[in-house]
Amino acid sequence: MTVSGKGVGASLRRKEDRRFLQGRGRYVGDIRPAGVLEVAFLRSPVAHARLRGVQKPAQGLVFTAADLLEIGPIRANSALPGFRASDQPALARDKLRHVGEPIAACLAESRAAAEDLAAACLPDYEELPAVSDMLAALAPDAPLIHEHWSENAFLETKREDEVADLDAIAAAKVRRRLRTARQSMAPIEGRGVIAEWDPRLEQLIVTSSTQMPHVTKSGIAECLGLDEGQVRVISPDVGGGFGYKGILLAEELVCAALAIRLGRPVRWLEDRLEQLTANANCREHFYDVTAWADAEGRLLACEVEAVVDAGAYSAYPFSACLEAAQIGSIFPGPYTLPRFRFRTVSACTNKPPILPYRGVARTGVCFAMETTLDALARQLGIDAAAIRAINLVPPEAMPYRNLVGKVFDSGDYPEALRRAVAAIDVAALRARQAAGETVGLGLAVFCEQGAHGTSVYHGWGIPFVPGFEQAQARFTPDGVLELRVGLHSHGQGLETTLAQVAHEVLGVDPARVRLVHGDTALTPYSTGTWGSRAMVMAGGAVAEACRQLGERALTIGAALLQAPREACVLRDGAIVQGEAKVTLDEVARTWYRRPQNLPREVDKGGLEVTAGYRPDPDTGTHSYAAHAVVARVDRETGAVVLEQYVIVEDGGTLVNPMIVDGQVLGGTAQGIGTALYEEMPFDAQGQPLAGTLADYLLPGASEVPDITIEHMVTPSPWTRFGQKGIGESGAIGPPAAIVNAINDALARFGAEVTDLPATPARVLAALAKVGAA
Amino acid sequence: MKPAPFDYTRPRDWSAALAALAAGARPTAGGQSLGPMLNLRLAMPETIADLRHLPGFGVIDQQRDCVRIGAGTTHARIEDGAVPGQVGAILARIARNIAYRAVRNRGTLGGSLSHADPAADWVTVLPAFPGHAIALGPEGERRIPLGCFVTGVFAVALQETELLQAVELPMLPEGTRFGHWKFCRKPGEFSKASACVLALPGSAPRAVLAALDQRPLVIDDAAALLAAPEAEAARIVEGLRLADPWREALARVALRNAAQEAA
Ligand SMILES: Cc1cc2nc3c(=O)[nH]c(=O)nc-3n(C[C@H](O)[C@H](O)[C@H](O)COP(=O)(O)OP(=O)(O)OC[C@H]3O[C@@H](n4cnc5c(N)ncnc54)[C@H](O)[C@@H]3O)c2cc1C
Repeated sequence: MTVSGKGVGASLRRKEDRRFLQGRGRYVGDIRPAGVLEVAFLRSPVAHARLRGVQKPAQGLVFTAADLLEIGPIRANSALPGFRASDQPALARDKLRHVGEPIAACLAESRAAAEDLAAACLPDYEELPAVSDMLAALAPDAPLIHEHWSENAFLETKREDEVADLDAIAAAKVRRRLRTARQSMAPIEGRGVIAEWDPRLEQLIVTSSTQMPHVTKSGIAECLGLDEGQVRVISPDVGGGFGYKGILLAEELVCAALAIRLGRPVRWLEDRLEQLTANANCREHFYDVTAWADAEGRLLACEVEAVVDAGAYSAYPFSACLEAAQIGSIFPGPYTLPRFRFRTVSACTNKPPILPYRGVARTGVCFAMETTLDALARQLGIDAAAIRAINLVPPEAMPYRNLVGKVFDSGDYPEALRRAVAAIDVAALRARQAAGETVGLGLAVFCEQGAHGTSVYHGWGIPFVPGFEQAQARFTPDGVLELRVGLHSHGQGLETTLAQVAHEVLGVDPARVRLVHGDTALTPYSTGTWGSRAMVMAGGAVAEACRQLGERALTIGAALLQAPREACVLRDGAIVQGEAKVTLDEVARTWYRRPQNLPREVDKGGLEVTAGYRPDPDTGTHSYAAHAVVARVDRETGAVVLEQYVIVEDGGTLVNPMIVDGQVLGGTAQGIGTALYEEMPFDAQGQPLAGTLADYLLPGASEVPDITIEHMVTPSPWTRFGQKGIGESGAIGPPAAIVNAINDALARFGAEVTDLPATPARVLAALAKVGAA
Repeated sequence: MKPAPFDYTRPRDWSAALAALAAGARPTAGGQSLGPMLNLRLAMPETIADLRHLPGFGVIDQQRDCVRIGAGTTHARIEDGAVPGQVGAILARIARNIAYRAVRNRGTLGGSLSHADPAADWVTVLPAFPGHAIALGPEGERRIPLGCFVTGVFAVALQETELLQAVELPMLPEGTRFGHWKFCRKPGEFSKASACVLALPGSAPRAVLAALDQRPLVIDDAAALLAAPEAEAARIVEGLRLADPWREALARVALRNAAQEAA
C-alpha cells in the first residue's frame, strides 16, 4: 500500500455513500422528463395460450405487437452445438408463453391511468396445457412451448467417463436427488426505463436501471435496426443488480420504439408485482447425483444428471443455457475429482426466463456437491471436515488444472477449511448433540471463478464475449483525475476502489478522483458488471491507463524541472527530482493552459489515455471460501436458527477490505435467502403463487446472524495487484453449509433435507418421512 | 400496482361517516390492509371514507372496570403502553410483534379486527377476552361479544351499514393468567399458527387457536387444556382435520405452548 494509506489495501470509506446515506442517489424513478407518458403493460394472465388478438379500449394509447412491427425479436443464441434457438417477441405475437409476458403497452399521463387502460383491454386467447415443471417438460408427450422444436429443451451437454466398474471397487456410494427453488431476484429498486428521442442529435436516449449499459445499447440498436451511434444508454444510480439487471428487456425495446414513434418521452417503472411474477427468475436446478469414494473418503467419481429450468425464452445476452451448461464445468468444485460423468439439460417451461443470479450456477452446484460429500462421509463414518480435506486441491498443486480443464490460479483451500472449523467449538457441539439437542455443524468449501475472459466465453458463443476491458484516465486543467469506465457500479463501491487504484499508481488523492460510469456516450465500451469481474478488469484497466498517463506527466514534469526525464520519478502525486518537484496539478495546468512551457518531445495525445487490460491467462481468478455454520433445528416446528456463521475467504489482494466484507455479508444474506426463505412456487397451470413480499420471503436484519469473516490473502499471480473476483462468493456457500448443518442435526434420526429452501415444512417433512416428527 | 380511480371523503363526525357508508363508501383507518388490496385492484371501491378524523376514533378511555379503546388506536400506541393496567401490558406484548414499527405506526386495532385476516394478531387475541366490540350503525350502538365478532375468513359480525367504533375490555383482576404463542418465519410474515389462553380467576379459562386459514377456534372453557396442555392440544387440533401436516404440527405446538404459559 502507498504510505498515504489510501491506495490498494486501504479500507477507505466509500466516496459514494454520502449521497446514498442522504437519500440523494438518483435512480430512474427519480427522473421524470417534461411531457413524459407513463407505460403500463397488459401482461399475459396465463402461462400458455394461443393469442388471437387484443380488443383495445375505444380510447387511449394502446400498442400491440402488430402496431410495433419495427421491433425485431430478441435473439440470444448460443454457439454450443445442439442449441435450439427461439425468438422472443418484445410484445407477444401469436403465443403466450408465461404469465406476465407483455402483450400490449398502454400509455397515459400517469401510471394509474395507464393501468386503467390495461385493465380495459381484452386479450383474446385460447389456453393451452401449461408446462410448469422442468422434469415434466422433458416428458415425450409434454406440450411443446416452441412448436418447431422436437422437445422442450434449449440444450443438452454431456461427458461420458466410464463409471460402470466403480460399484465393485468403491467403499461407499451415495445417490441423492436434490432441488433448488425458483427464485425472483429482488433488488430494492426494480427495473425502470425512460426513452426519449433527441431530434437534434437524431439519437435515442434510454435511461435504464441496468448493469450493462453498452450491451443494452447494442441490443436496442440491433432489435430496432438503428446504428449504434443513434442510441445512448444511461444507467444512473442503480439500486442493486445481482444479475437481475443483466438482460435486454422487452420493455426497453418497447419504450424505445414508442419514444421514436410518439416523439415524447416514455417511462416504465417496474413494480413489485412485475418483479416477482412477470420478469426474469433464477436458480431452479434439479440434480440426480451419484458419487463413489474409497474407504478414506477419496472421491472416485461423480455422475450427475442436472436439469435447469430456463423458462420460456433465451435471455439476452447470457442465453438460456449459461447455468446448465456451466454445471458440467464447475461441478468438481475445489476438489481433485478423477472421473466425472454428466448430462445437463436446459429445460424450457412456461415460466419467465432465468437469469444468472449472484453466484450463478455455483450456488446450486455447491449445494449438490457439498451435501453429497456429507452423505458420503456419513456412510463412511468419517468426519465432514476430513472428507473435504482429503479431496481438496492441495496448495502445492497450484496453479492446478482439473479434469474438465478449469485452471485454479492460487490458494490454500485446505487451510481455509482448517481455519473455519477451528473457529467452531466442535467438541461443545458434539456434546450438545450427545445430550439430545438437535443442533448441527455444516461445512461448505467452494471456489469462485471470476473475471473469466475471452477464452472462456467465446466457447459459449453468447452474443457478448468480453475482451479487453478499457478505461480512460484524464486530467482536467485543475489536476482532478477523471476516470471513465464502461461497466457500472451499483453497490460494488467502484467510485471508491477505482479511485484507490488510481491513487496507488499516480498518487492523486482519492478525493480528487472522479469516476464517470453508466453512460455509453461518455465511457469506453464494456460488457458490463457481472461475473465478479469489475475489480480485476476495470481495476487493471484503470491502473494501466493511469500508468500511461503518469508517463506522459513525467515528460512534462521533467521539462518543467529542467531535468533529464530519466532522473525524475512520479511520487505522491508529483514529478520529483531530488528536492525539486512539480505537482500533477501544475503538469495539468501546463498542458491545458500554458502550452508555451511544454517540451518539444511531449506526447501529443495529451493528458488523456485510454488503455485496455486483460489478465494473461484470462481463464479467471479463483477466489475461494470455507463456510462453517452451526444451526439449531426445532423438531416440533421445523424452524431453523443459525447460531454461528463463520466464513474464511481468500480474495487475493483486497483493494478495499471493508468493501469486500460488505460484499461477502450481502452475498451471504442472499445465500441465506436461497437456503431458508426464497421460493417462487408455480401451480400446475403455471401461475406464480407469491405475488407480494408477504408471500415471497426475503431474509431481513432479524434473519441474518452475526457473520464472522476471516481473510486469507493469496494474491493471484495473474492480475494487476493480485486481486481476485469475489463479488458473488457470499451467495454461493450458504445453502450448502446451512443444509449440511441441518442434516447433521437430523442425522441421528436418519433424516435429510434435499430441497431448497429448507423451510420448516420441509424440515418437518424430512423428519416425518423417517417417522421422527 | 396502482388503485383504480376512487373518490376520497373525510367525514368529520360519525353521522357523516355512517351516511358515507350507507352511500357505499369503503371505510379505511390505517390503510395497511386496504392499501395493498387497492393497489392490487382486489378492492375497487368508488369512494373511500377515511375514518381517522372522527371524534374519539383513537381515544383510549379508562372507565371503572373496563377500558374502551377507540377503533382507530394504532398498534404503535398500544405497544407504547397507552392502554393501562395488566390488560394494557398484554396488549402491548402482542402489539410489539405485529409486523414492524412502520406498519404499527399506521395500522389500527379496529382496522385489523374488521379486516379479520385469520392470521392477524388481534383476531387471535381479542376473542379470548370477555369484552365487546362496539358497533355503530344507523340504529345506534350495538355491543358484540368479542368471541363472536369474527365470523369467518375476512368476515365479521358488522353489518354493511355499521362501523366498528371501539373495543371494550375488562380491567383484569389480580391473578389473571395469560399465555400466547405464534409462529412466523420473520417479522411481518403473517403467522402460520397462533394461540392464546386467558384465565381470569373464578371463571372458565378461554382459549383461541387461529391462523388456520379458517375462522379462529374459540374455546369457551379451556380448563381441560390447561390441565393437560399436550394431550388436549393434540386432541383439539386433530379434530380440526387440517390438510397440511406442518400446519397441524404448528397448531398443536401453539395451543400447547399458550396453555402451558397460562397454566
Ligand atoms: C407488511 C405488513 C405486515 C403486517 N404484519 C402483520 C402481522 O404480523 N400481524 C397482524 O396482525 N397484522 C399485520 N399486518 C396488518 C396490519 O396490522 C393492519 O394494520 C391491519 O390489518 C389493518 O388495519 P388498518 O387500520 O391498516 O386498516 P385498513 O387497511 O384501513 O382497513 C382494513 C379493512 O378494515 C375495514 N375497516 C377499517 N377500519 C374500520 C372500522 N373502524 N370499522 C369497520 N371497518 C373498518 C376497511 O374497510 C378494510 O376493509 C401487516 C400489514 C403489513 C402491510
